[in-house]
Amino acid sequence: MKKEIVFILNGEEVKVEVEPEWTLLYFLREVYGLTGTKEGCGYGECGACTVIINDKAINSCLYPVLEVEGKNVTTIEGLLSKDGELHPLQKAFIEEGAVQCGFCTPGMIMAAKALLDEKEKPTEDDIKESIAGNLCRCTGYVKIIDAIKTVVGGR
Amino acid sequence: MEEFLTIGKRIPKRDAPQKATGSAIYIQDLKIPGMLYGKILYSKYPHAKILKIDTSRAEKLPGVKAVITGSDTPTFKFGFFKDNPPLKTGKVLSMRDELAAVAAIDPQIAEEALELIDVEYEELPGIFDPLEAMKEGAPILHEGLKSNILKLPWRLICGDVDAAKADSAYIVEDTFSTQWVTHCCLGTSGCIALFDMNNNLTIYSNTQIPSLAQRNYIDALGVFGLKNKRVRVVQCVIGGGFGSKLDTYAYEYIAILLALKARKPVKVVFSREEEFFATSPRQNTITKISHGCTKEGTLLFREMEMILDNGAYTSWGATTPSVMMMPISSLYKVPNIKYIAQCVYTNNTYSQAMRGYGNPQATFAIESSIEQLAEKAGIDSYEFRLKNANEPGEITPQNFKITSCGMKECIDAVVKKLDWQSKKGRHDGRGVGMASLIHVGGGARVYKSDGCGTMIKIDDYGKIDIFTGSSEIGQGSETIIAQIVAEVLGVNVDDINVINNDTDVCPWDVGAHASRTTFVAGNSALGAAKKIKAQVLKIASKSLGESPEVLDIRSGVIFSTKDKEKSISLGKVLRNAHYASGGKMLMAEYFYDPANENFDKDFKGNLSVSYAYGTHGVEVEVDRETGQVKVLKYIAAHDVGKAINPMLLEGQIYGGGLMGLGYALSERMVFRDGRLMNANFLDYKMLTAKDIPPVEAVIVETDEKDGPFGAKGIGEPGLVPTAPAIANAIYDAVGVRIKDLPITPEKILKALKEKEKGEKKQ
Repeated sequence: MKKEIVFILNGEEVKVEVEPEWTLLYFLREVYGLTGTKEGCGYGECGACTVIINDKAINSCLYPVLEVEGKNVTTIEGLLSKDGELHPLQKAFIEEGAVQCGFCTPGMIMAAKALLDEKEKPTEDDIKESIAGNLCRCTGYVKIIDAIKTVVGGR
Repeated sequence: MEEFLTIGKRIPKRDAPQKATGSAIYIQDLKIPGMLYGKILYSKYPHAKILKIDTSRAEKLPGVKAVITGSDTPTFKFGFFKDNPPLKTGKVLSMRDELAAVAAIDPQIAEEALELIDVEYEELPGIFDPLEAMKEGAPILHEGLKSNILKLPWRLICGDVDAAKADSAYIVEDTFSTQWVTHCCLGTSGCIALFDMNNNLTIYSNTQIPSLAQRNYIDALGVFGLKNKRVRVVQCVIGGGFGSKLDTYAYEYIAILLALKARKPVKVVFSREEEFFATSPRQNTITKISHGCTKEGTLLFREMEMILDNGAYTSWGATTPSVMMMPISSLYKVPNIKYIAQCVYTNNTYSQAMRGYGNPQATFAIESSIEQLAEKAGIDSYEFRLKNANEPGEITPQNFKITSCGMKECIDAVVKKLDWQSKKGRHDGRGVGMASLIHVGGGARVYKSDGCGTMIKIDDYGKIDIFTGSSEIGQGSETIIAQIVAEVLGVNVDDINVINNDTDVCPWDVGAHASRTTFVAGNSALGAAKKIKAQVLKIASKSLGESPEVLDIRSGVIFSTKDKEKSISLGKVLRNAHYASGGKMLMAEYFYDPANENFDKDFKGNLSVSYAYGTHGVEVEVDRETGQVKVLKYIAAHDVGKAINPMLLEGQIYGGGLMGLGYALSERMVFRDGRLMNANFLDYKMLTAKDIPPVEAVIVETDEKDGPFGAKGIGEPGLVPTAPAIANAIYDAVGVRIKDLPITPEKILKALKEKEKGEKKQ
């Protein structure tokens, strides 16, 4: 049985019919066509599907879509400004060499954004903690952490 | 020093904006109209007779469009030994054996259909330990064979080891073992296969070897009754490679067979669990090693015997001993070498290439043993290594011609940065350790060709398209190639477009393996760029009334070096060429195949035109109560020839180093009777951001004469010496040597206890 839900997705109100068993990730990728959010494992262990729900970084692969009713959801697609400007984190990831195969990148950026939204000047430990649930096989995390630090340093 | 425009600059990866905004299209993201979803039924047992497969219930499920098994598809075998059919008949040999496959209108229906397939088995006893499988009287896995030991002649003899033993003042002998580990690409494997009305195949793929995979698919189509058909391989953005995509796999042939039967595009994408158990990992090894040296510490011989678990079928894993011969014969100067390796069939998963291609397993044994020998000879292991270090101009026992070699500089850098002399030998719970590496740095002649083609064209506006055979798998080849061409043609990197993912338009290449892309594809692009530049300057010389020799290009403008007033834009030259009567388009092609050699029958020959070196050093702290190892400092020094892009280069070193750290300390595929027990990220312990130590990359430039702008390969070296460096540091810290990877706290505690017991007895 489909159910109608209303929530904010990347700054715009959406009203959609969803199946109760759908995860938010399934809805985003397979129904709504937002494929920037990745599925790396499907059970909340790799963080590739990280989105921000009401200011918190969440694994969307475990999150029932019904639960987003009335909430504010931001995906990687929602980070660009209205005129297409990159978010400072996206800029830093690109310029600091934090992107290799790129599969973890959207989730990594969303996890980092949730941290930077919460804390003005997070420490290196805060940064590591914030992305500890996001696996990356290419970079060894070094340049990812550097990129996030660059944004913090620019504040 | 020459001033470069783009070489040596920290230029961001060209595909990074797409990846950082979520707009890059991976196989997971791609949908083709009318596409079906394919799913695979795997064996329930590691070794069994297949008595019956009944697919009738699955076929009746609404939404199911095709069901296939081995008995209703043509017999075709793939892999290095052609011993692996995409769908098994008669017998299954491992838990990942494919029995049947389904294509349906959505993935859930396909999944459901798998549950409706009834298979009757007769379980057979399995063999999971290569040592057991080697024993006389052991059940033979593959019918028609007399032994489970693969018929592969891995045997390298240089000099006279027996005589060297007699001459040695000090000899050490020990056994080391390594574990199964897997690539853990964040993007799982997958493909989409579709046929046109003429039965030509297009396959969207993650492969690292588009040209070779194309050939495999063409061969398969021939067997499937489609001879002389075209195959187009299109690569999506690839979510990690690390060697995992150097062969073609059953799932690809299954997608092709399903697409053929259903007459619709079929997508097969692995779940994470499948990615763990149904892709081919780095195999476990057991290595007996012996080293000897003179009283003064000059190495005299190295003798190694190795047993490798091949698993149930034969892919490239069985050939890793050929690459292991490289460190075995040529890491440090060792005049006398003996190496014998045997690969053994078992009912485990089957092994394939993984970053380093055997080198990590071999180097773990070698560098652990070197440390033991230095101690026995009473020489600081740093001095011991320096004394025996490789040097430029050397010809090694395997006939490798060493051109540039920065090994001593790498060792020195580690010693200095770790404050080695004051920290080594304190045995106070803190310790330092190091290990070096050699790897191919100028391609590797694994196949008859080690070549790569490039085509370049310039359009009316001075923009450049490069068509390269090389594959971008996240390592940054696209950016490196653009930098090389930009440097030659005097244009901005942003004016260059790199096309590298479509066999219909891209030239031939052997693949993204052996750390060869910067060197081979880079040299290929360099050659093509030089050719097209000559053409451009020739045409411009007519317009400018100057001879081509005095012309050059900067920022897209051709100018006379004699008279700066004389200049013309690149676009204008092109328009002149196109619009002139008897016009001409500007295009150039270049095929580069390095002057390296296939091994001869004795496994000797100059495998690569250049060799990469490096030394890793670590400082660790070991908790004697818990066995926990904390890496306090990690220095990774690499001779890279020339850093074309230091930022991307560091990315390879950090990424490799941290993958090596996982190999050393935490990663292990746990098999119980052929079944993978930890096919998920919770139980397979990849390092997280919280686990990484402070790490520093040291780049040593040695200007390789054959490299593009002096560069050599760096893709694999970063993880080769990590594990022995860690093992050596742990020994320095608490006096126990762990000889079996990964080095877990349990193993350290056990070794500490045994050591304590031994000391009490004394």
